[in-house]
Amino acid sequence: MASIISVQNMDKIFRAADGTTVTALQDINLEVEEGEFISLIGPSGCGKSTLLRIIADLIQPSGGRVMVNDKPAAQARKDRDYGFVFQNATLYDWRTVLKNVQLPLEIMKYDKERRDQRAREMLRLVELGEFENKYPWQLSGGMQQRVSIARALAFEPGILLMDEPFGALDEMTRERMNNELLHIWSSLERMTVMFVTHSISEAVYLSSRVVVLSPRPGRIAEIINIDLPRPRGPETRDLDDFFHLSNRVRHALREGVQT
Amino acid sequence: MTNSSRDAAIPTLARVESPPPDYSSLRAALMSVLIVVLLALAWEGAKAFGEANGYVVSVGGSSLDLRILNDTQLPHLTDILAAFTEPAQRNGPPLYQTLIEASAFTLWAAIRGFFLGGFIGFALAILFAHSSLLQRGLLPYVVASQTVPILAIAPMIVIWMGRAGNVELSVPIIAAYLTFFPVTIYTLRGLTSVPSTALELMQSYAASRREILFKLRLPNALPHIFTALKLSATASVVGAIIGELPSGIQNGLGIAILNFARYYNQSPPRLWATIAASGLVGILFFAVVALVERLVVRWRVEDSE
Repeated sequence: MASIISVQNMDKIFRAADGTTVTALQDINLEVEEGEFISLIGPSGCGKSTLLRIIADLIQPSGGRVMVNDKPAAQARKDRDYGFVFQNATLYDWRTVLKNVQLPLEIMKYDKERRDQRAREMLRLVELGEFENKYPWQLSGGMQQRVSIARALAFEPGILLMDEPFGALDEMTRERMNNELLHIWSSLERMTVMFVTHSISEAVYLSSRVVVLSPRPGRIAEIINIDLPRPRGPETRDLDDFFHLSNRVRHALREGVQT
Repeated sequence: MTNSSRDAAIPTLARVESPPPDYSSLRAALMSVLIVVLLALAWEGAKAFGEANGYVVSVGGSSLDLRILNDTQLPHLTDILAAFTEPAQRNGPPLYQTLIEASAFTLWAAIRGFFLGGFIGFALAILFAHSSLLQRGLLPYVVASQTVPILAIAPMIVIWMGRAGNVELSVPIIAAYLTFFPVTIYTLRGLTSVPSTALELMQSYAASRREILFKLRLPNALPHIFTALKLSATASVVGAIIGELPSGIQNGLGIAILNFARYYNQSPPRLWATIAASGLVGILFFAVVALVERLVVRWRVEDSE
């Protein structure tokens, strides 16, 4: 089966104004299949967010090839093949919750009726149906992030790219959001997710595969299959396998730092 | 018995259903009234102090001339208020009527200048936001334009407009000269100070520049634009009054200030009343813009200026 995301021999070199260069990513090779839930994990500064943004065609790679849905990443972006969720919810202050979710639908020229219907459907999915007329500042951080997930899913992209979406939330809220995300992912057929995080337990709990990145320059240290049974729930975290897999990720991270 | 218990229940319910009253705006209003009262007391107090000391205070070895506190230089507030009702010329209408007409005339010129300057300022900002070349090339001149005193430029504009056969138009143009600058600077800042992720979000939708302008940059700039418009509202009144001086226009506040200053010693309160009227025109214009802002910018702005 063809990969839905294919990264081949990809490098990213940042050039500072004073002429010095920093190699952010080096020789990245990654194949992601449809319907997978992939986590990118690594210490801060390892380039995991950069990798996600390159796949999203928000940043250009310095070398190598990035294909999404068998197209160059730039074409995939133009075709609106993916939704992007940022670390801060990035809601527009001047729009109500409903209007925020409708933003991509307006740009993609959905008619009014379908905009309303899709946005309300997505808000129900993230259980914020009764908040549609609130402004972002009236919501908690977790609720804001749920709105931003609803917005990313509103136009039914096949790929969801998430850049530390729950990084700013407290542990309890984060675990609840993890469950909601898994629920959403399993309810949408063939949805591929790429998820950047620096939480080991979050990566193991959510993913089908965890990609461990090592820092300076960012390289893939190891890719770990997470074959925990689904559907996953609070009891998953108590499994021996969960503990072992978390340890494997932890070791891979540690070795990545040492080399 | 039942009646009284029901009566007791109603206020409780009302308390529960209505949100707690917000006294903050009331307190702010009281505060500004209090400040006016205090300023009035300080004004009259200073006069009483000067009078009691025969307008001379000895400081150390030398003496300080306090004649600026006498009734000619600093009239009683009651006299200033009374001046509004007295005619400025023999058998003429009361001064307040003259001042209302002059204020309306000047305000109309200020409003036209405000819109002209606002439009030019806004257009420049849009242009600069989309072309860094234009911004780097032109923005220094926009800034430099404001270092030339308006008093020096006003006569030139009057001469030009006179030759062009429309002296009347020079007043709005001079007002616009003061108005456009804050609009350009604040709008440009609002258009370009977009959070990087907010822009990336638009790019992830492959949104066009036009959509980014209308759905992100402009709404993001609105609070900044209103900050500028509030500054411009008062600046346009100042510009209109200054513009009236060299243009020889006889109907506005500018000529009233000039005349009452010339005949100051005959009736000091008239100039003071005109100063008060000029201030009120600026405050009125400011208040209208602030009201429009409250109607348009309904969301809460985190980093308001």
